[in-house]
Amino acid sequence: MPDPILSIKNLTVVFKTRSGDVPVIDDVSFSIAPREILGIVGESGCGKTMTSLAIMRLMPEQGKITSGSIRLSGEDLVVASEARMCGLRGNEISMVFQEPMTALNPVFSVGEQIAEVLKTHQGLSNSEAREHAIELLESVKIPLPSQRANDYPHQLSGGMRQRVMIAIALACKPKVLIADEPTTALDVTVQAHIFELLHELRDQTGTSIILITHDMASVAEMAERVMVMYAGRKVEEGPVEEILKNPLHPYTQGLIRCVPHLKETISPERKDLHEIPGIVPPISHFGRNECLFAPRCCFVEDRCLNQRPLDSKRAAKHLTACWQENTNFEKVFA
Amino acid sequence: MIVPVPVLEVNNLKVYFRTKRKHFFEVHSHIHAVDGVSLKVEFGKTLGLVGESGSGKTTTGLAIARLVQASSGSVKIMGKEVLGLQGEELRVQRKHIQYVFQDPYSSLNPRLRAGRLVREALDRLKIGHTTERSIRVNELFRQVGLSREHERLFPHQFSGGQRQRLGIARALASHPDLLICDEPVSALDVAVQAQILNLLRRLQKEMGLTYLFISHDLGVVQHMCDEIAVMYVGQIVEQADRISLFKNPMHPYTKGLLASVPSADPNRRKKTQIQIYGEPPSPIDPPLGCRFSSRCQLAEERCHFETPLLRKIKANQKVACHLI
Amino acid sequence: MTKQSSLFKVDHEDFRDENPFMEIFRMYLKNYSAVLGLLVLLLIVFISLIGPFIYSVDPFEMVWLPFTHPGEQGFILGTDYLGRDLLAQIIHGGKVTLAVGCSAALLSVVIGITIGSLSGFYSGWIEELLMRITEFFQVLPTLLFSMVIVALFGASLPVITFAIGIVSWTAVARITRAEFLRIRELEYVTASRSVGARDIYLIMRVILPNALPPIVVQATLMVGSAILFEAGLSFLGLSDPNVMSWGAIMGNNRQYILQEGFVLMYPGMAIFMTVLAISLVGDGLNDSLNPKLRKR
Repeated sequence: MPDPILSIKNLTVVFKTRSGDVPVIDDVSFSIAPREILGIVGESGCGKTMTSLAIMRLMPEQGKITSGSIRLSGEDLVVASEARMCGLRGNEISMVFQEPMTALNPVFSVGEQIAEVLKTHQGLSNSEAREHAIELLESVKIPLPSQRANDYPHQLSGGMRQRVMIAIALACKPKVLIADEPTTALDVTVQAHIFELLHELRDQTGTSIILITHDMASVAEMAERVMVMYAGRKVEEGPVEEILKNPLHPYTQGLIRCVPHLKETISPERKDLHEIPGIVPPISHFGRNECLFAPRCCFVEDRCLNQRPLDSKRAAKHLTACWQENTNFEKVFA
Repeated sequence: MIVPVPVLEVNNLKVYFRTKRKHFFEVHSHIHAVDGVSLKVEFGKTLGLVGESGSGKTTTGLAIARLVQASSGSVKIMGKEVLGLQGEELRVQRKHIQYVFQDPYSSLNPRLRAGRLVREALDRLKIGHTTERSIRVNELFRQVGLSREHERLFPHQFSGGQRQRLGIARALASHPDLLICDEPVSALDVAVQAQILNLLRRLQKEMGLTYLFISHDLGVVQHMCDEIAVMYVGQIVEQADRISLFKNPMHPYTKGLLASVPSADPNRRKKTQIQIYGEPPSPIDPPLGCRFSSRCQLAEERCHFETPLLRKIKANQKVACHLI
Repeated sequence: MTKQSSLFKVDHEDFRDENPFMEIFRMYLKNYSAVLGLLVLLLIVFISLIGPFIYSVDPFEMVWLPFTHPGEQGFILGTDYLGRDLLAQIIHGGKVTLAVGCSAALLSVVIGITIGSLSGFYSGWIEELLMRITEFFQVLPTLLFSMVIVALFGASLPVITFAIGIVSWTAVARITRAEFLRIRELEYVTASRSVGARDIYLIMRVILPNALPPIVVQATLMVGSAILFEAGLSFLGLSDPNVMSWGAIMGNNRQYILQEGFVLMYPGMAIFMTVLAISLVGDGLNDSLNPKLRKR
């Protein structure tokens, strides 16, 4: 395996709340290789988005990185100055958000918005930037790019706006692209195109992509490796095929089994869906020295309530944080 | 043999909205949100209405529930025409069709306690007297998996899943003949989705409910529905029972839509590839011909001029395409 | 199922804010300037209501020479141009001033909510008609219009109150309408309709309670502006001669503003303090009723 482009070690982000300081990201480590696509999966409130904001150093005020390191090709972003971060954001790491309408500025044309990024980070002149912006629009497969460049965000469809967002994010050929639920607001037919586009752009530019999503199927479609998060902790990590076939953590198993998947064969009888009872614990429970999934888990035992399980290696590249050695899994896919 | 009356029978339903004119002399344009939809749902069954955003599936549901005004057509609930009803008659009729909304946050009045929320239907329609209503509210809370102490809380004190349970309890209060579920789980977390889907299926079995299930999520539709109608720009392009539709989709749009759905099943993933390009036409004064023709790779000359009708191809499958 | 139901149990630790009114009150208490405003306002109201019984000098009686300076001859605030006790006038005037302010604000809120809610709830000709009426009142020069009304119907308290209320309801109407337009699109309104709610129920019981926060804030500020308006009218001489209000004190003495400024300064101070206190309360209410800030 080549050296990772981005490596996160023991990252802990603490939030100040009414009930004291709570770790919303709790000792999370992972890394991503060049050209790799990593999926981060979990329910809302599990720290997926916070992880990406921590990498970008764009956390809300009450959040603070208390320990750990975020190394982007060797440079630690945790200690980088704000000025340095401004230079890196949009240049070396960029981000695509869920809602492309609110992430674009409605009073500038999309061409101007792309050109703006190029002017700031690469010091291009007005005409160069505009020319390059049109090329970028072409590269994200927007038809008639030179005309579309003059359009304002509200004149474009949701899928087109997300393409513009991707064009902006990729304008400076970043090493890492973080896509936070990039297709949640879009229709499936549009989603399929966005996924294809991301794949192609990765192949052309060699950008690593972190895909944040709640949808296992999207991860299966897009990513090579997946990390499952629960209540601010990493609970499982491994290659996508491996995780889908043989998930070890009961939460991952639940996530896979609770969704009515479209499968190759459709069976006449329908069983009830598997339920993960309850909901993600409130933030005030985060950070306790116990398995935070225990109240919803069907394999729970005393140990789970008294001690936090640490990452253990179960197979090559397959990590999980669970005390149970044998969490048998009824296969979902043939 | 007595043929049972279908719970819902919709014939040639049309919902047009007028667009705003730019100036006084401009001729009004019409948004053809729903353009000639016909459906039938039998007692105890679930009919799925799928389509992408802008396909008119929600408008169809709202028009059937008389929450938006239909332009023409007929909607019969248990054999009774409801489109012509007005005033007090319409108000009383409402207890027969209930609606579960997509957004569990905006669909509950933040100022009412949960008990009052569920009770609202009984109060407004004057069903039962006071003590009976309280007993019914209690029963409903139990049926949707909430407890008695929840009745005193305000909506913001519930989680998304619990709010959706409240929405379901409210909809069930008046013993409706038809429950329209409009994307009931798409705003929820995946783990909670399973809880609500199971609840809906359990309630259907226990209480003999009939559902019109509106969703964009084909996996969910596949799990919930007995029969499925696929909508595209205001029209139904294919309608079939669950197995036929997913095993053997016939309309090019259905095929493309199914192929676009990401799948965690490695066997299925290998076979799928993108088949739909471009964007749907505007529903404002849509052109003649098949509405999918602009994106269809198989489109012929006549597809652009002749509107294909929904024809029966097999016993349980109807398709609106010239090429089949 | 048993396991599940225990999970759905209410976590009282997280949901201790049972009553939303208590939460609003707690938020309000955190805002020190708003609390100060409320205390000052309560003090002013208290003095205006109880004061006349404690300091029982007739404000209309000439007690000493005109323009006795404050502190002289035992007159704490001195006397006015007719030799009447200024302190007694201010104490007695408070009641009238506050009453006019409150009832004018109430009137404008009632008119504003009625017109705003109807024009926000219904579309079509009702909306068109009501909006044209609102626009008509918006473009009228307010002070001039109320002066005309007072001049026509005589300077009595009810007429003055009416004149203030009738020119200042448009702001409330606009806010109410905007809230109605927003809330009527929310699903819980549709949900209520789908369980058979009538229009009047939707307007009064579903939308209006949810639209109230900004209206309450506006109504509070309206009391302040009505007091200022009344003072303005009185200063121009359009006040009820039979009652004493702060504006009337200033109006009566306005010719002597350059020579004996204190006579105008004290009632002016009273108006200033009251309006400031009301503004602080309004701001505090705005913060505590605004759900976006409440999350913090």
